[in-house]
Amino acid sequence: MSLFDDLKKSVFFQVPAGMATTLKHVFKPPITIRYPDVKRPVRYRYKGRHHLRRYDNGLEKCIGCSLCAAACPADAIFVEASENTDEERYSPGERYASTYEINMLRCIFCGYCEDACPTEAIQLGHDYELAYYDRASAIYTKGMLIDMPINGMPSTPRQTEPGVFTQSIPDMEDPK
Amino acid sequence: MTLLQQQGGSDTVQELTVEEVRAKYGTLMPIDDEENMLLSMGPQHPSTHGVLRLVVELDGETIVNLAPDIGFLHTGIEKSMENQTYLKAQVMTDRMDYLAPMSNNLGYVLAVEKLMGVGSTPRADAIRVLLVELQRVSSHLVWLATHALDIAAMSVFLYCFREREYILDLFEMVSGQRMMNTYFRPGGVWRDLPEEFGPALEQFLDFMPARMADYETLLKDNPIWLQRTKDIGIISGEDAISWGLTGACLRGSGVDWDIRKATPYCGYETYDFEVPLGTVGDVYDRYRCRIEEMWQSLSLIRQAWEKMPSGPVNIDDRKIVPPPRSELGSSMEAVIHHFKLWTEGFQAPKGYIYQAIESPRGEFGCYLRGDGSAKPARVHFRTPSYVNLACLPTLAKGTFVADLVAIIGSTDIVLGEIDR
Ligand code: SF4
Ligand code: SF4
Repeated sequence: MSLFDDLKKSVFFQVPAGMATTLKHVFKPPITIRYPDVKRPVRYRYKGRHHLRRYDNGLEKCIGCSLCAAACPADAIFVEASENTDEERYSPGERYASTYEINMLRCIFCGYCEDACPTEAIQLGHDYELAYYDRASAIYTKGMLIDMPINGMPSTPRQTEPGVFTQSIPDMEDPK
Repeated sequence: MTLLQQQGGSDTVQELTVEEVRAKYGTLMPIDDEENMLLSMGPQHPSTHGVLRLVVELDGETIVNLAPDIGFLHTGIEKSMENQTYLKAQVMTDRMDYLAPMSNNLGYVLAVEKLMGVGSTPRADAIRVLLVELQRVSSHLVWLATHALDIAAMSVFLYCFREREYILDLFEMVSGQRMMNTYFRPGGVWRDLPEEFGPALEQFLDFMPARMADYETLLKDNPIWLQRTKDIGIISGEDAISWGLTGACLRGSGVDWDIRKATPYCGYETYDFEVPLGTVGDVYDRYRCRIEEMWQSLSLIRQAWEKMPSGPVNIDDRKIVPPPRSELGSSMEAVIHHFKLWTEGFQAPKGYIYQAIESPRGEFGCYLRGDGSAKPARVHFRTPSYVNLACLPTLAKGTFVADLVAIIGSTDIVLGEIDR
């Protein structure tokens, strides 16, 4: 080993070299963010709190089939279905979810429910601030999960014309 | 000598003799000399990398004997998996080695595919290689960060976590989750890579070499680092083999063994990479091995990205992979398959298989036994950390107690995987 190599490996070279590296970073902007004042943006596919979606016409997408509950590895979902009638219609097709509950303490945000849902009714959204003071408030009911109807469409239940909303599973596109 | 012991829940403080403590809790190992000091390190010790408890017998500062006490993180994952369908059981594999969920997923998914007698598509294979190598880099970053922090190099810790954050962000893009991805599925992957992934990955490949060079400047020849790592915790090649070590712990001792080369999976035989080896088998060699592995992984990521084939990301087998959403509205058959797969799952044939992959920590193996039903009859994981931890007493005997943290760090254990 030459003298130069020796010198290069000595404390007198190595420690300043390390110091220079750290010093370089002093002048860089911080990469940390001031949460909770500044929120970290999430990506498009982020799996956060669930939403129950509606069609543009205001009807609920969920048809109460319980597939999401069957697919859930954590048994976090509870669905109870009831019959739709044209006088009191919630969703297209025969049935709708009269009770829909997700226990957020059990949920592991795997997204299987979203994959399993045949109508794209349940979707994982972008909210990640989920904290509770007690166990009961961790259970999200249908009222908390469901979106508001858009464009001033009437909410559900509502009266519809007979024989219009018969197809429970809509035409969908492959998710991005 | 007496020990004071606080009784749980009450205010009474009880005085116990050493003999009584041993009778009550055990020492996990025979004690050499009653005069020696028994030190209980962990389970809440920052440098034991999780909830590991070490009972250390000390003669002055020298370690005479030591025994790892594990099981604090036991979650019964293997047993729970028997109660779920093959697909639903997969979410639990994420939670074993929480620093490398992608690798765990891959090991399990490959095992399921092997049992079912199916494969995946070329594009899915390339995506798997790409993401698993990204995972290797991220896992090694955490290892380097905590290992360096244990030996009091604080800045490396901060820089490594910055880069890891970027990788986790990439994972969030593809899978929607930073850590518990469940992205690989039997027969392919969940969804194709999103559009934003490409530019972000290329940016990563651009800046990462310079960042790696920074870590090298800080540590590689640093005399303080060398003194703490050279000739510490030596294990010879033969010993490493007889202990069943794998991964960098084995390769640091100069044994050329990498599952990616020995029994390639996901098309690793078509990639060009080297297996870095050490010579002495000390903490420093294991450190070098992992750093070199990160360089190799970067090259593998680049290769996978450059040759990324186009085509489907899932096999066209409706008995295993749920049909695409676009078919549900029009095809009754698709709806039936969809309902069947998400309620009952697919039935695997009778038989058992073993599938090993090279996880960041070594050989991650999955033993799977099917009994013809939709749920596995038995799942067992051969986790590298568990085996690598077993040789800790051999590594640490005769060293100083201050070196123990360096040795633990160099074995790169993850307790979630050990206790599972
Ligand atoms: S995200 Fe996963 S765990 Fe949560 S409710 Fe859906 S299926 Fe269940
Ligand atoms: S959310 Fe989807 S899967 Fe769940 S009950 Fe409603 S329609 Fe069925």
